[in-house]
Amino acid sequence: MKNEFKVISDLIEDNKKVLDVGCADGTLMQFLKEHKNINVRGLEISKEKVQECIAKGLTVIEGNAEKDLKQFPDKSFDYVVLSQTLQAFLSPEIVLDELLRVGKKAIVTIPNFGNWQVRLHLLFKGTMPITKSLPEQWHSTPNLHMCTIKDFVNFIKFKEIKMIKTLALNSNNTSNITNSNLGTKNLFADLGIFLIEK
Amino acid sequence: MNTKKNINTLIIKKPLKLDCGKTINNFPIAFETYGSLNENKDNAILVFHALTGDQFVTGLNPVTKKDGWWSFAVGPDKAIDTNKYFVICSNVIGGCMGSYGPSRKDPETQKTFGTDFPVITINDMVNAQYNLLEHFGIDKLFAITGGSMGGMQVLQFITNFPDKAKTVIPIATTSSHSAQNIAFNELGRQAITADSDWKDGNYEANNTNPGKGLAVARMAAHITYLSKKGLQEKFGRKLQEREDLKFGFDADFQIESYLRYQGSVFVDRFDANSYLYITRAMDYFDLVKQFNGNLSDAFKNTKAKFFVISFTSDWLYPTQENKDIVIALNSIGADVGFVEIVSDKGHDSFLLDVPDFLNALKNFLDKSYIELKNEK
Repeated sequence: MKNEFKVISDLIEDNKKVLDVGCADGTLMQFLKEHKNINVRGLEISKEKVQECIAKGLTVIEGNAEKDLKQFPDKSFDYVVLSQTLQAFLSPEIVLDELLRVGKKAIVTIPNFGNWQVRLHLLFKGTMPITKSLPEQWHSTPNLHMCTIKDFVNFIKFKEIKMIKTLALNSNNTSNITNSNLGTKNLFADLGIFLIEK
Repeated sequence: MNTKKNINTLIIKKPLKLDCGKTINNFPIAFETYGSLNENKDNAILVFHALTGDQFVTGLNPVTKKDGWWSFAVGPDKAIDTNKYFVICSNVIGGCMGSYGPSRKDPETQKTFGTDFPVITINDMVNAQYNLLEHFGIDKLFAITGGSMGGMQVLQFITNFPDKAKTVIPIATTSSHSAQNIAFNELGRQAITADSDWKDGNYEANNTNPGKGLAVARMAAHITYLSKKGLQEKFGRKLQEREDLKFGFDADFQIESYLRYQGSVFVDRFDANSYLYITRAMDYFDLVKQFNGNLSDAFKNTKAKFFVISFTSDWLYPTQENKDIVIALNSIGADVGFVEIVSDKGHDSFLLDVPDFLNALKNFLDKSYIELKNEK
């Protein structure tokens, strides 16, 4: 299981109720269910991935987060997880609002467009950056609204959303993001992980 | 019509009050089982059949001499694996395969019921079938499932008996029969009653059979079970055993011949009055109205795990109507999964060899059964 999921999993206490939005093949869900006794549900748009989840015995609903989150009542989950897909929605703001309505807390991870490799790629090659966490060409990427860790922090502040925990993830290590190190983390982190609530 | 041998029948002594107000007792329910009930009696699956189905789910149907209606899904090593599970299915009341229905004799008058048979509902069907649990001494079913009208029975069953099933799998169905579906059913009923051989439902006493009307009803319904794309790919404009058009009204096209055949074989196995009664029961089905507009209330007392399945090309019970069930369940935090299966085979997809569907069904059941075992 990838490091990101380990970090997410560590943010969630045992026996909670969790919704994994864009749960893909259910790797995180399965880990939460088996190791933390989490009552976990998934929402996934890909039919193939839904089938993979069913084969693992996971409860998953085929659907689109932009349309199908509205069926869940307010605060019906302890945590709602959204891993690296916020940038792929037509309206990340609406989805973010929905995550925080449905979940008591939300865990959102974003691929960091502010990473130095991304910046150098654009600066020296002059083409849209392709990295490990952004592997697709500009014309085939599902990502519509790329942002940096700093962008996301500013957005969260603007929306008056409470940041409980903010983590920067590199290939192997995790560190806290603070006001004083935001610039550095925004340069070196691959991924930002945000535990938020409203 | 059907030979009564090979039909297992349970006589229900307990009175059953029907929605129409009438109370019935000592009525027969014809049923069939597959696989064996284990010692803990925790491996039973109750399958509900659709409009023209019967209790013969799989293997050879001894009456029609054809494969059971869900042979693709039910059997040894199949999605509903009869090596593991004990499958029960019964003919709905109103039906014509041995259960209490309009083609049977009224014990009071010794005459065939015909249209003197009471109008029954999906609720009545389910309440009648509940007696099977007592008969087999099953406290809780492992699963209930069915497609189309079978799915309606699934929803009604878990509403009426919220703690009697562990898992609930409604397939290609609805919680409230749509105007379009009522319209198609009415077309079928009109075809039957317009047949002069129908004789106000007393065709048996008159030694007639409204076969033409019933065949037309079946032909019209059959079109609704398929998709435009499926029909086009299978038949297109292909001609039936001829080189060219014949400039007449014989079946020039294969699709015409196919529908005529479907109509004619249906007449041999199905009772016209049963068709009227069962379609009426479907039309009356409105679980949303039963709970004053809030479908969620139907499911608020159950802890069952739901899995809803729809098909992309099903325009009779479209994905959205299945999703409405999912939405109602999610809004009360129920345990519900949902998948829409890609298939060109229309509403009939649930009866056919659609691997994605059968795999999903199998995986859901088998994983849920392992979970059930681990809980103990």
